[in-house]
Amino acid sequence: MSRIFYAAAGMGAKVQAPALVAKDGFSARYDLDRIRGVFSRPQHKLAGENYVGRVLVLDAAKGGVATAWMLYEMKARGIVPAALVLNAINPIMVQGAALADFTMISGFDQDITQAIASGALVEVDPTAERPFIRVV
Amino acid sequence: MRAGTFGPATQWAIEHQIQVGRYLGAADFVPVSQAHIMADTESLGAAGVEWLERWARLPEAQRRVRVPTITDPRGTDFAAAHRLKHESWMLDLERRAIAAFEALGVLMTDTCINYQTIMAPVRGEHVAYGDTGVVIYCNSVCGARSNFEGGPSALSAGLTGRTPRYGYHLDAHRRATLVVQVAATPRELNDWGALGGIVGRLAGDYWQVPALIGIDRVPGSDEMKHFGAALASYGSVALFHMVGITPEAQRLDDVIPDGDLRTHDVGENDIHAFQAAYAREIDKVDLVVFSAPQLSLVEMRQLAGLLDGRRAEIPLLAVTSPQVKPDADRMGLTARIEAAGGTVLSGMCFYQSYAREMAEANGWKRLATNSAKLTNIIGGYGYRPALLSMEACVAAACAGGRIGA
Repeated sequence: MSRIFYAAAGMGAKVQAPALVAKDGFSARYDLDRIRGVFSRPQHKLAGENYVGRVLVLDAAKGGVATAWMLYEMKARGIVPAALVLNAINPIMVQGAALADFTMISGFDQDITQAIASGALVEVDPTAERPFIRVV
Repeated sequence: MRAGTFGPATQWAIEHQIQVGRYLGAADFVPVSQAHIMADTESLGAAGVEWLERWARLPEAQRRVRVPTITDPRGTDFAAAHRLKHESWMLDLERRAIAAFEALGVLMTDTCINYQTIMAPVRGEHVAYGDTGVVIYCNSVCGARSNFEGGPSALSAGLTGRTPRYGYHLDAHRRATLVVQVAATPRELNDWGALGGIVGRLAGDYWQVPALIGIDRVPGSDEMKHFGAALASYGSVALFHMVGITPEAQRLDDVIPDGDLRTHDVGENDIHAFQAAYAREIDKVDLVVFSAPQLSLVEMRQLAGLLDGRRAEIPLLAVTSPQVKPDADRMGLTARIEAAGGTVLSGMCFYQSYAREMAEANGWKRLATNSAKLTNIIGGYGYRPALLSMEACVAAACAGGRIGA
């Protein structure tokens, strides 16, 4: 039986998709080429990686306020991650996920970027009584 | 509001705020006196503009904000759009967004330096500000109380007149979580930005509150602006204290909870190394940008003075607010900057104005700036930035882009 990692909070729908994992931050404005669907900031550990349809497992929400609009815009075009899983969130990610009805969970009792392997098929369920991510 | 008595826009807004507040542990709401919305169309996209227009079509009584609500920079300066090679679809999207906001009763101030130009909040005043630089300055320097409010949440606060009470609205979150001992007080604005970047990296996330000790003079508003903007950008930090300087930290004990805090030392070498890391391998740039945050009148005067009698041989963009621009025009600063080959832009910010498309249309790749915040952001848009002093940026512009010539 696979391990389950419980989060402090979550929102959005249950999803299943491959994970894309890095011990790095996340900001839609700072880090992404949202037209091509790839991480574009050269210093980011996922630079060049395609994020579309992936469950992003990252460390902390970073950067400015634009992500609050951008998740909605990205979802409207279908060039969007499947979900966001973060050790530490900021209000912008929560506000953006709420507007976009986007799947996000955050807050673990361990470093979630060290617990999930990149490429693993994972299930993210924010609708559970205790939101969780698990390797399928 | 939840029952729809005030119409569907306010109903959506309060439900959005409840959802956000529950996620972040808010027990209730707090009334706010002002809201500030970041909503450039590069972020909104067509989908976001259509979303706004849906509310703008409501009857007037159902769509108006109930507290003063102002805007962050827009995605273009219409007067200079052709020079930036902004395309007609971008301008159309901007016009639609502006029309929608105006229908909602939003004041189109188009500025990220409202604390220098519009109405600085008072200590203890609860507000709902967007733009991380605005939030951190107003929380830290003014002693106001705001979280980062993204566009949808800031608009919600404007419509409902309140915001969920979590984070920096609460005393408990305003205490320091780390101490930074600064051995050398920065001199130039880029140095202040570099210090902000270093502290931001040390802090690491939104919930960290650095307390700085060792700053040996009271920084000016522009210095605080560049420091805070970079700290918020690199660290997602919303509040800092400077002991003996900012209003909530007259003494370190004022902001230190029980127990020891992690302490870091930052010296002059760290500030130099931070900037050198960006400039490494860049000996020539394609343009110079002064933006992020928009320039104050004092910065405009400094720039005009540096350009007097010289000629920029590559594009040099100076971005200010619609409130500063008329004063700069009236005082001859705009004319002096433009006589030297510079371009003064108003009501936009470089990175919020289709930076990727501008790079492709203009052949821009390498950029010099004195803004650490811009340096942090612009790499994701395909630029290679160099962080230099205003003086060194001007020198590069006048030497065909060569750095250190």
